[in-house]
Amino acid sequence: MKPKVAFYWCASCGGCEEAVVDLDEKILDVANAVDIVFWPVALDFKEHHVEAMPDGSILASFINGAIRNSDQLKMAKLLRAKSQVVVAFGVCAQLGGIPGLANLTDAKSIFAEVFKDGVAPERLYRNNGHTLSLPEFFDTVVALDRVIDVDYYVPGCPPTPKIIGDALGALLGSELPPKGTVLAPDQALCEQCPRKDTRPEKLLLKEFKRVHQVVADQQTCLLAQGLACLGPGTRAGCEALCPRGNMPCTGCFGPTSRVRDFGAKALSALASVIDSDDEVEIARVLEAIPDPAGLFYRYSLPSSLLGRRRME
Amino acid sequence: MDSRRITIEPITRLEGHGKIEIFLDGQGEVERAYFQVPELRGFEKFAQGRPAEDMPQITSRICGVCPTAHHMASTKALDALYQVTPPPAARKIRELIYSTFYVEDHALHFYFLGGPDFVVGPQAPAAERNVLGVIAKVGIETGQKVIAMRRRLRELMVLAGGKAAHPVFGLPGGVAKPLTAEDAARFREVASEAVDFARFTLGIFEKVVLQNSEYVDLILSDAYTHRTYYMGMVDEKNQVNFYDGMLRVVAPDGHEWAKFRPDQYLDHIGERVEPWSYMKFCYLKGLGWKGFSEGEDSGIYCVAPLARLNAADGMATPQAHEAYLKYHATLGGRPVHHTLANHWARVVEMLYAAERMLELAHDPELIEPDVRALPTAVPREGVGVVEAPRGTLFHHYKTDERGIITGANLIVATQNNAARIAMGVEKAAKKLITGGQVPEGLLNMVEMAFRAYDPCLGCATHALPGSMPLLVQVRDPHGAPLALLRRDSDGSVHRG
Repeated sequence: MKPKVAFYWCASCGGCEEAVVDLDEKILDVANAVDIVFWPVALDFKEHHVEAMPDGSILASFINGAIRNSDQLKMAKLLRAKSQVVVAFGVCAQLGGIPGLANLTDAKSIFAEVFKDGVAPERLYRNNGHTLSLPEFFDTVVALDRVIDVDYYVPGCPPTPKIIGDALGALLGSELPPKGTVLAPDQALCEQCPRKDTRPEKLLLKEFKRVHQVVADQQTCLLAQGLACLGPGTRAGCEALCPRGNMPCTGCFGPTSRVRDFGAKALSALASVIDSDDEVEIARVLEAIPDPAGLFYRYSLPSSLLGRRRME
Repeated sequence: MDSRRITIEPITRLEGHGKIEIFLDGQGEVERAYFQVPELRGFEKFAQGRPAEDMPQITSRICGVCPTAHHMASTKALDALYQVTPPPAARKIRELIYSTFYVEDHALHFYFLGGPDFVVGPQAPAAERNVLGVIAKVGIETGQKVIAMRRRLRELMVLAGGKAAHPVFGLPGGVAKPLTAEDAARFREVASEAVDFARFTLGIFEKVVLQNSEYVDLILSDAYTHRTYYMGMVDEKNQVNFYDGMLRVVAPDGHEWAKFRPDQYLDHIGERVEPWSYMKFCYLKGLGWKGFSEGEDSGIYCVAPLARLNAADGMATPQAHEAYLKYHATLGGRPVHHTLANHWARVVEMLYAAERMLELAHDPELIEPDVRALPTAVPREGVGVVEAPRGTLFHHYKTDERGIITGANLIVATQNNAARIAMGVEKAAKKLITGGQVPEGLLNMVEMAFRAYDPCLGCATHALPGSMPLLVQVRDPHGAPLALLRRDSDGSVHRG
C-alpha cells in the first residue's frame, strides 16, 4: 500500500498549493509514489473523510498557513492526530507569515475596519430556526508549532520547487533528518546571490533608498546600492529570485539555524552598515526605512520574541 | 447533527475556505441553503502603516493563485498615487506578464479545478473527480502537455517578474527590470505554443462538453441560470481588456446600463454584510440591495469570464473574437445567463490572452531599456483596477505625504460575484435535491454552482469595504418609522 499524504491550508493565500503544483512533471511521480488522501484545493475529500481515518494512518501532513481562527486550530489538531509526521510548509506555518502582520493590531480593530457599518458576522446566527456558525477569529496569529507538535519545516513564500523536491527527498530517504530541521540550506541568501562578488568587503552606507526612489543597477549588490536588502540575514534556498528580478530580498525564507529572532538579526545586519556614530545622522539615514516592524518582521512577527504589539 | 441539515465542508477545488449549509423541510425539500465563507485575515487593517511601495508584494499574499492580479492592481494604484505614467516598454512588459499569467491561471482552472466536473463527470466518484482523473480520461500525453505548458508559462513569469507566485516587478511608474532581445524571443516562442494550447483546450471543451447533449442541457438548465447585471473592463472599442480601460455594466437584457472610469467605483458599487458570512456582498448602488433576488430591479451583478463576454462587444484579437461569436451564437446571444457557461467563456479568454501575449512579444518597444519613470509628486490617494481572472479587482490607497498607507480599500473579484454565487448555490440545491435524497454526486453538483465562477474565497475575505452608505431608521417610541436617514459614501446625509 502506498503511504498516505495530506495537504492542508490554514491562514494562507494558496501560493503554497501552487508551489506543489509547480513541481510540474514531478507531481505525477509524487502521485504515483503516495496516496494523497486530503487536499481541498484539488481533491474532493471532505473533513469527515479525515475524521474517519485511524490515528497515525497518514504518513505526512503538509500544513501551510498560520493559525488565525478556531477552524484552523481544529483542523491542525485533527491532522496532527492522524499523521506520523507534520511538516510546517511555507513561511506562514513556519513563522506566521504576512497574515501575522495582523499581530500589529487585534481582532476588534480588524472587525471595526472591515465591517464598518454596524452589521458584523456572528459566531452563531439563528435565522428561521436555522443555526449557522462561523469560527472564532483570534486576536493573535500564531505559527503552527505554537498549537501542535511540528516535525519539520519547509521555508519560503512560497517554497520553491527545488526546495520542495529536496525536502521530499529528505523525508522519503533512508535516514530522516533530526526533528525540528528546517529543510533548506543553512547559510545566508547572499551565498546564492549572483551579485555576491560586487558586495564590498566592508560595506558602509551614508543613506538608504526606498525602492521606488531609485533605478537599481542590475548587477551590483542591492544593499551596496542603499536598498534595504535582507539577504545577509535570510536563509538561502530560493537562489535569490528577488535580487534576480532586480528587487531586494524581503526575508521570506526566515533565519538560519543560528538565529532566534529573524527581525532582530535583520535589523542589526542593516544597522551595522550605517556609516555614522552621530544620532541625528543615523536618524536621517533611517528615514528611508519608515516601517521597521513591517520590514524586518514582515514574515515572522508571530514567532518573534515579542510576538505581537501589546494589547490595549 | 441535525438530520435536516446537510453540511458540505470544506467545499473543494477552489481557492480558499468555504462551506455550504443546506436545510431541508419535513418533506426533504430544500428550505434554504447558505454559502458561507468562514475566513478573514484583515489585510485592509494591517496595510495601514506600511509603505505604499510595499503594497504590490504585501497584497499579492491575499491570493497565491492570482498574486499577479493583486500585484498589478496594486502597482497601478501606485501609478495613480504618485501620478506617474510608466514608459511604453514598462507598460507593455506589465501587460505581457499579465497575459502570460492569464493563460496559466485560466488553464489551471480548466484542467485542475473546474474541468474534472465535466471531463470526469459531475457525479463521478469523489476520488476520481480531480486532475488525476482528468489525466486518466484524456490520456497521459495530454496531461504532460498541460503540465509542460504551465511550467513554461511560469518560467517566463519568473524571468520577467522575479517570481511566479508573488512576483516583484511592480513599481510606481514602471517595472523593476527591462527585457532583453533574448527574453522577447523566449516569450514569442512560448506565446505561439500558448495560442496552439488555447485552441487545443477549446477543442477539448467542444468535444467533451458541447458534443455531449447531457452537458449542454446542464449548462442551459434553470438550476444554473440567473438573470443579473454584468460588469467587465473594456477598451475604447468596447472589447474585453484585462489590464486597463473603462468599466461597463450591462443590464439583464444586454443594454449598456453604465460605463464609468475605475476611479469612480465608489459611486457605483456598494457592499452588504450578512451576519452568517465573512464575505461581503457587492451590489450596484444605482439599483440598491434588494435581497438575494435577480432581474432588472435587483442590484446584484456578476463579474469574471461570463460577465466580461456579456459586457463587451467582442475580443480584441482575431481567433478569440471568432470564438466569442461562436460562443454567443451557440448559447442564444448576449447576454448569456448560464453560470456554467463560465467554463467556456474562460477558454475563449485564454485564447485572447495567448494571442495578446504573442502580439506584445513581437512589439519592438517591448525591449526598450527605459522602464522607469521616477515619482516626484507628493502621494495622497490612488486607485488601480484590473480584470483579475476571477473578475474586476479594485485597489484603493490613501497615504500620508511620505507615502505611508493611512487607508486601504480593496474590492476583490469574487466579492462582486458573492451575491450571485450565494443565490446560485441555493438555487442549485433547491432544484437538484428532492425528497430528501442527497447522494454525494448531487452535492458535487451543488458545488458546481460556485465552482464555475472559479471563486477565490481567500481573496474575497481579505478586502476592505467601500464606504457603504449608512442607513438610520428613526422610529417613534412605539417603533413606528418616522424617517430614514442615509449617509452616502461621500459622507453627505440625505433623508428618505
